[in-house]
Order: sequence, then C-alpha cells, then structure tokens
Amino acid sequence: MKSIRLIARLDVKGPNLIKGVRLEGLRKMGDPQAFARDYYRQGIDEILYMDVVASLYGRNNLTDIVERTAENVFIPITVGGGVRSVDDARMLLRAGADKVAINTAATQRADLLSEIADHFGSQCVVLSVEAKRISDGRWEAFTDNGREKTGLDVLEWIAKAERLGAGEILLTSIDNEGTALGFDFDLIGAVSRAVKIPVIASGGMGSTDHLCTALNMGADAVAMANVLHYRKLSVGDMRLGVASAGVDMCVH
Amino acid sequence: MRALTLSKSVILIDYGASNLLSVRRAFQHIGVDVRVAVHGAELAGAGHVVLPGVGAFGKAMGALEKSGLHDAIHAHVASGRPFLGICLGMQMMMDQSEEFGIHRGMGLIAGNVVAIPAHGMDGAAHKIPRIGWAYLRRGEAARQGDYASNIENVPMYFVHSFMAVPSDPSDRLANVDYGGLSICAAIQRDNMLGFQGHPEKSGEAGLDLLRQFVG
Repeated sequence: MKSIRLIARLDVKGPNLIKGVRLEGLRKMGDPQAFARDYYRQGIDEILYMDVVASLYGRNNLTDIVERTAENVFIPITVGGGVRSVDDARMLLRAGADKVAINTAATQRADLLSEIADHFGSQCVVLSVEAKRISDGRWEAFTDNGREKTGLDVLEWIAKAERLGAGEILLTSIDNEGTALGFDFDLIGAVSRAVKIPVIASGGMGSTDHLCTALNMGADAVAMANVLHYRKLSVGDMRLGVASAGVDMCVH
Repeated sequence: MRALTLSKSVILIDYGASNLLSVRRAFQHIGVDVRVAVHGAELAGAGHVVLPGVGAFGKAMGALEKSGLHDAIHAHVASGRPFLGICLGMQMMMDQSEEFGIHRGMGLIAGNVVAIPAHGMDGAAHKIPRIGWAYLRRGEAARQGDYASNIENVPMYFVHSFMAVPSDPSDRLANVDYGGLSICAAIQRDNMLGFQGHPEKSGEAGLDLLRQFVG
C-alpha cells in the first residue's frame, strides 16, 4: 500500500521562524519551537529545521532550538544548514536531531557524505538539493537558498550522493518554493527514478491534491511550510484528503 | 525500610548508538529515572535494561563485547529481569546478521537478520532504507502476555534496511506490512522485548509502549 510522510519544514533565521517565496523575501513568523510543538500535536510525521543563513556564517545556530524541541517533541527531527564536518553532525545529533541535511559542504567535498554515514549510519544523512530548472528534464543544483550555482546536474549529483552513502534526498524546487502552486512534479519523477533511497519533495505544496500527485510521481515524503504556517491546511485535513484518494496513512 | 513510592528507573546501555539521547529523553519525559551503563559491571542488580541502537550491526556487537556488556546482558536476561532492545538493539538479540558480512549476534532469540528484499510481494520496488510510519499488527506472541490487548494498531516510526526473522513465529509480538511482506516489528519472549521501530520517536503512542515496559 502506498503511503507518504508529512514533514513540517521550519526555515529559521536567528531566533525566528521565517518564510519566503522562492527562498527569498524572508518574513518573520515567530518562535520556531512553538510551531514545531503545534505540528507535533496535530500529528505531523517529522520536523525539519533549516538554518537558512548558516552557510553564510559557516555554522549552524540551531543547537539550542533543537535541544529544546527534542524535550517534548517525540518524532524524528532533521536539521540542516551549515553542516560542514562529522563534528558538526555530531553536535546536532547530540542536541536531539535524528538526521542532518547537507547541501553546500557536500557540493564542495562530496566525501563528507561518506564520512558522516560511516560515523552515524546512512539513515542520518539527508542530501539537501536546491534544484533549478534549466531546460526540459534538466535541473542544476544550487546552494545558499538558490543564490549560488554549483554547475552540478541534479540527476548526476543525486546518483553520486546515493553511492557515497546518503540515506535520503530532500529535493527543493527553487522555481516552485513558496508559490503554493504545486511541486515541480517532473523533477520529483526524474529524481525518484534515478535513486533507490527515499525522496522528500519540497517547494510548492498548496493543496492535498499536490500531495497525491507527488506520491504518484514517486515521492516518499513531502516537506511543507506555507500551508502549515499560514494555517491553510491542518495535518488532519491532509490525512483525510489523501485517505479519500486511497493512500494508506498512519494516524498518530 | 523501603520508601512508599519508588521512582521507576531504567538502565540505558551506552555503546555509542546515536539514538541514546532520544531514548533517554523519552524515558525522562514519562517520569522514569535513567542511568547510563558503559561497562558490563554496571548492569549488576539492574531492574529494567534498555539496549538502544542505530548504526552498523558488526561494529555495535564489537563494542558490546569489548566492554563486557554482551556477557552482562546475557546474565541480566537469564536472571529473568526485563530487557528491551530498540531497532539495532532488537536485531542484536538475534543469532546473526548479514549486514556488511556475516556477524554473530547475542543469540537471545533464535533467527537471523537479513536485508529487506528489494522488491515487495506485489513486485513493486521497495525504497531502502525503509523510512516511515506503520501500524503494528498483532503477532503470535501477543496471544497472551502483557501486550496482548494493546499492540494492534499502534502507530510506529521505522527506519531500517535490515530486518529480524525469528525462527519461531511465536516470538513475533507484532508485524508490519511492507508491500505484501510481513516484517517483524516487535519480538517478545519471556522477559525479553524488542521493537524494530522507534518508540522514542513514535509520538505519544510510542511513549505509551515505553510506559508499559517500565510497568
């Protein structure tokens, strides 16, 4: 039976939850921990924290937020932004993260994925990809919230990352992020066909229909921000929506 | 003279597993005292013992043997006191694992740990690692015993690439369906309990399972 995980994505800058459009034009939303706690109560499957300015400053500042969240939120927590070494990963895991998401540092030195996988297991290693469409069926990987080009072809990059020990792929469409107009479904399809590890679709979630289409294109999980932060849909609404489309979901 | 209200406690085995802190926080959240043991000697006289685990089987077994924890766990289980293995902790209760070569397990439960097949019974390709939530389905070990009435339909979070296959089906406390394949999700035999998934990451339902373990 098909199933899909619902992940609340919380982009954080300093002490604030922020939300932008196409990873830009950031707006302050409030205390990220309070939002995480609310989504946990609603029955979200996982929490994803991203420090959106970490790469700029060369370090992740979410340790405190993660630590406090893990005290009363008992679902998997992934943390990304500025993870550059095994020690960075260890610090976040010790703070209460279950997985770390890595983008910039891996594009500069791909072996980092293997090193973290060797230390903590592949299930800890999420490759974060910011994908920008460059032509039909082709996407380029970006870093720093879609600002920096890497020259890496997304489909080649994810296949390499899988070989190096990534256990999951967080796939964010820069073109669709924050639009609520739906995911880049071609991108989800192409990436899901190219790897065997689970794929998390991110960027563009606006309705329950988008969830079902993402699932049908091969996504294993969906990360969402706007629909939750602006209370357009509750976790319960989404579960009801996908259940009526014949998708088996665990309610907890 | 004993105090009227004894606080509940568990001993958590620390051999470097990365989910140790999550398990610790979960027990503390439900009001259980947690002590951490890094050497076998620290299990002497223990009440409830918990073996967490995320990572590679061979490396983890090596760490247990080196620190005397392997023998101490055997002694603890033989004493009849409660033991819980979580994820890799449950897999290590088995005879052996084929994860990155053949590795001997603790042999507390008969059976092996094998790779989750790349395809389901329905022919559809499985994503490996298997990550996600599933409802527990009552297994043969749940016919009687502590979890008989409340294991069915408990939602649990899983992340694994290998699975335990008990030789004796009556050791299966719960199973989950994965594309037509019945994966052993929990084992129970006498005073031993094991969860393949993560009760410490399965929301309030998971915390309830931990509450039940400490009694």
